[in-house]
Parts: sequence; structure tokens; C-alpha cells
Amino acid sequence: MTAVDALTPLADPTADRSAPGDAGVRGRDEDLVARHVWRGRLADVLRRPGLLVALVWAGLVLVAAFAPHVLASGDPLTGVPADKLQGPSGSHWFGTDQLGRDLFTRVVHGTHLTLEAALVAVGVGLVVGSLLGLLAGFVGGVLDDVVMRTVDVLLSIPSLLLSLALITALGFGTINVAVAVGLASVASVARIMRSEVLRVRTSVYVEAAHAGGSRWWSVLFQHVLPNSAGPVVVLAALELGAAILAVSALSFLGYGEPPPAPEWGALVSGGRDYLRTSWWLTTLPGLTIAASVLAAGRISRALDGDRAGAR
Amino acid sequence: MTRYLAVRLAQALGVLWAAYTVSFVVLYALPGDPVSLLYGGDSSDISPEQLAAVRAEYGLDRPLPVQYLTQLGHVLQGDLGTSVVNGRPVTDLVAEAVPPTAQIAALGLVLALVLGGGLAIVATYVRSRALSHTLLSLPPLGVAIPSFWFGLTLVQWFSFTFPVFPAVGNKGFASLVLPAITLALPTGALVAQMLSRSLLGTLHEPWADTARAKGAGRVRVHLRHALRNAALPTLTVTGLVIGGLLSGAVVTETVFSRAGLGRLTATSVGAQDVPVVQGIVLFAATVYVLVNLLVDVLYPLLDPRIVRVRRPRAAAAPTGPAGEPALVGAA
Repeated sequence: MTAVDALTPLADPTADRSAPGDAGVRGRDEDLVARHVWRGRLADVLRRPGLLVALVWAGLVLVAAFAPHVLASGDPLTGVPADKLQGPSGSHWFGTDQLGRDLFTRVVHGTHLTLEAALVAVGVGLVVGSLLGLLAGFVGGVLDDVVMRTVDVLLSIPSLLLSLALITALGFGTINVAVAVGLASVASVARIMRSEVLRVRTSVYVEAAHAGGSRWWSVLFQHVLPNSAGPVVVLAALELGAAILAVSALSFLGYGEPPPAPEWGALVSGGRDYLRTSWWLTTLPGLTIAASVLAAGRISRALDGDRAGAR
Repeated sequence: MTRYLAVRLAQALGVLWAAYTVSFVVLYALPGDPVSLLYGGDSSDISPEQLAAVRAEYGLDRPLPVQYLTQLGHVLQGDLGTSVVNGRPVTDLVAEAVPPTAQIAALGLVLALVLGGGLAIVATYVRSRALSHTLLSLPPLGVAIPSFWFGLTLVQWFSFTFPVFPAVGNKGFASLVLPAITLALPTGALVAQMLSRSLLGTLHEPWADTARAKGAGRVRVHLRHALRNAALPTLTVTGLVIGGLLSGAVVTETVFSRAGLGRLTATSVGAQDVPVVQGIVLFAATVYVLVNLLVDVLYPLLDPRIVRVRRPRAAAAPTGPAGEPALVGAA
């Protein structure tokens, strides 16, 4: 951030700083600063090869999820029976399955299902968890006690079991699996959000906003939320990795979309019967899952480091 | 000390009651009751009257608060209801499934502690930065690998390529090895992460410097001074570790086609057998609560400061500041 913040004790890092008088000058300055920051970031990323690989992988996964035909033009559901159970080669990068379907095409087209489920899960967990944490921390008192005791209880049930209980009630399918995984992660998000809110709530700029006559909800959403969201964003990246793992474990167990759908976990489970002869059917989808989780973890750590550096 | 124990015991019972309530809300209060889940989807051959009769048999036609209180009364008498699939008592089903799971969980826990703990100790002890970095990058890898794929890979190598261990089944010690390794991977990674972070912290404490200044060797400082202090925070996540083993068993026992609690969970969820799923959730919560109670009882013996300082909050939340790693470990 700029030097203005460091010199003003009351500064809210997110407050709108542009005064009407010097908008032009400030605009050019900020432009220069922004360009400098971005160039610095780029150099930073290039100096950390692990992070670079993680970002490239995350980019590939996103392309596979939203434009699968760019990476694999074939049809994931129909195969050439004559080409069944072939090992990885130039024409079939990941080999073919028992029906002659190209495994690479199936993994690429399955990305959409798995990533969508993971994103929905993280979204549900973040929104519900953050709201609970915000209210508990901001309102305090009885509400805080009730929410935090509930969180303690939810943490006493292993999250996979909680997801499984929710799936029993909700039924099978990608979205139900996603909601179940998301709701199971609400407790940990709420806990972190609350501790951040408690830290921010007592700061001087929040007091100033109250004193200046802002209504409580405007203080909550304009000052407290933006300033306590940092750790939750880091957590979101980490949670995305955990959600990919949880979603594919549940789809491996058979609670996701019914068979022809190429969800990553279901692909591994489909290769189980051919384990003895066709290693690629389980190993290549498995490695894809592992690489995606690792990439999410690496990016989360980089975000965490940036935050620590900015403080 | 008696007061400390009484407070902990009351808290444990409170958590159990609340866990029961949560499982009731999830499984019964959400739309769709067990009977319509079981016969619902493709049930053109079952008349609404028959469905109503079955509901009445399970007491599902009564208002939710009444159901909740009657069920709670039964649970307090040790009756968890009967399976809607085969009509057997849930307590029997769970009791039969626990021993085989306990075997792989125990072996898995030992492996996780030895390998994870060993990795943390070595990684923080070695002087070479490169080696230490490499070792410390292993636990995140262990957390990221999907355990269902890891289990299948173990089967492929050690049952098919080199036939050392059986691929499936419950017979003999040999059948325990591969499932236990599969369970130990995420758990060991969690232990290694916690212990190495905690060890690095304690090694920079002033008393570690004092020990060094008094002429203690590196090994002595590391194992006798630092490890003993660093192990305490790791002890508080034992509950999470055990929970992780229980949920890991669902995937592991499916991969290795072993009978046990995890397999029972997977099949009950598949058949939407609500009473059994609720029984298993309650069992898991009970195990978690008991483990934490045990840790709470052991803690003042290992670290006398806890009772003297009289800060109930600090010890009352064993998932406190250490709760975050659960995100990674639980999956």
C-alpha cells in the first residue's frame, strides 16, 4: 500500500482515499505504483518455480473445466471398441479404457464436474461459514456463544462422516455431494472468520466509523468484512484443494453422478477392475487429482506469504 | 483436580448430546424421511397407505419434537434403533464392525506416529538446508495424494507385481498391512506437519539456548528438551487424528473390500439406511469426545502448568488454535 496509510493512524486500508481535488495527479501515481507492483509480482513468481508450475497447472485445469474442447476435441462418452485398454501413447496420451474411450479426453471433460463441485463446496462453506463467523464475532454475547458451541460440536464429527450423513439425507449427485462437502467445512471457516472479526472489531477505524454515525450493517460490510477477509481467502484456496480431494473421494465411493459421467474419483474407481493389467486407468486420473490439490495448496501458501509480507 | 475432571466430563456429555442433536437435524429434519428415501424414487408398486403404515411403525408420522424426544430417550437407554434395510439393531451392527477397523486404525496410528514423528524429528535436526527442505515438503505431498488411489497403487505393486500381501479380505496380519499404510499416509502427514512446526518453535525458545549454553549436545537438546515440549501441542490434535483414521477407514475399507466400520458406513449411505448412519456418526463423536477427555486428563500430568494457571478455556478447547490443520487432514 501507499505511504499515506502508514502515516495516518486512523487509516482503514480499504477506505476510499481519493479526494475530489487531486484526482488527476493521484490517478497517475497509482497507475505507476500498480504497474510497479505487478512487475514485482511477476518477477517474484518467476523466481519461485514451484509456484509457477502450480499457476500453470491451475490455468490448465481452468481451461479444461470451462473450454474442454480446446484440450481434447473427442467425445468423452463414446469409444472405439477395437482400441480398448491401450497404454499411453502419442495418439492416446492417457491410454484407453475397457470400452476404447480415450482416457485423456475423459479426464479433461470430467474436470468440469469435479471442479464445479469443488467450487460450489468452497462457496457454500465460505458464505455460510463467513456469515456465521461475522455475526458471532460482531454481535457477540449469546449469539456468539451459541454459534461457537455449535462449531465445536460440528468439529467433533469427522468432516467426511458429516458429508456422508448429509448425502444420506440429500441423495446422490454432483451438486448434493458439493453441498455436503461445503456444509461440512462451515465450522472451520466460521471459527477463523470470527477470530479475525474480533481482532478488527476493536481497531480504531471501526470505532471511528461508529462514532461518525455509520449504521451497524454499513460498519460490518464496509469496514469489518473487507479487513477480516484476508485469512479466509487464504483458507479458500486451501479449502479448494481439500474440496477436490473430498469430492473425488465421495465420487470414488459412488455417490456422485451415475456411471458414464467422467468425474475424477469415478474414473479411478472405474479403473479398479483392470488394476492388474492397465495401471494407467487408475494412476493417471489419481495423479491429476494429486497435482490439482498440490497446486491449490502451493497457491494458498503464496497468498498467505503475500499477506504476511504486506502486514 | 477433581473439579477439573468434573468440568471436563460435563463438557464431554454436553458435546455428545449436541452431536446427537446435529445428527438428528441432518438426518430427520431435512426434507425426506428414511422411509420415503428407501422406497421413494421408484416405488410405483407401494401404495401411499403402505408407506404410511411403515412410517407409523418407525414412529416417523409423529411431529419432529416428539420423535426427537422419544429417540433421545431410547438412545439414553442404549437403543440406537434398527436398520431399515435388514431390521438388525444398530448397536449390534456397529459393535460387529468396530474390531476389524480398530485393528487397521491401531496399526495405522502406530505407523503414522513413527513415520510422521520420525520425519519431523529428522527434518528439524539435519543441518543441510536442502535436505531439511526436501523432507519438510513431503507432508504436504502426503496430504494431497488421494488415499483411494494410493491404496490401489499399493495393491497393484505389493499384491499383483510382487505378491507379498493380499489385495482384499480380513484374514490374518498380512491383510492388515496395506490398509494400515493407506490410513497412515494422511495421518502421518498431519502428525509430521504439526510436530515439525512445533519443534522449530521450541528450538528457538530461550530455555533451549540455556540448555545449549550448559553444554548439552545437539541430540540431547533436540530429543530431551525440545521434543518433550513440542509433543504437547501435538497431543491436543489426537482427537482429530483418530477422527481422520475413522473417516479414512470409509475409503480404505472400500478399496481393500474389508469388513468394518468404514465399509458399514459406505454401504449404509449407499442404501440410505438412516438409523445406521446416525449410529455411526454418534459412535465417531463418542470416540472423539472420549479421546479428548483422555487427553485432558493426561495433560495436567504431563504439563503441571495447566492446572495451576487455572485457565479453563485454554485447555478446554483441544481443537483450539490447532484446529486449522484439520482442513487438510480430514480429507
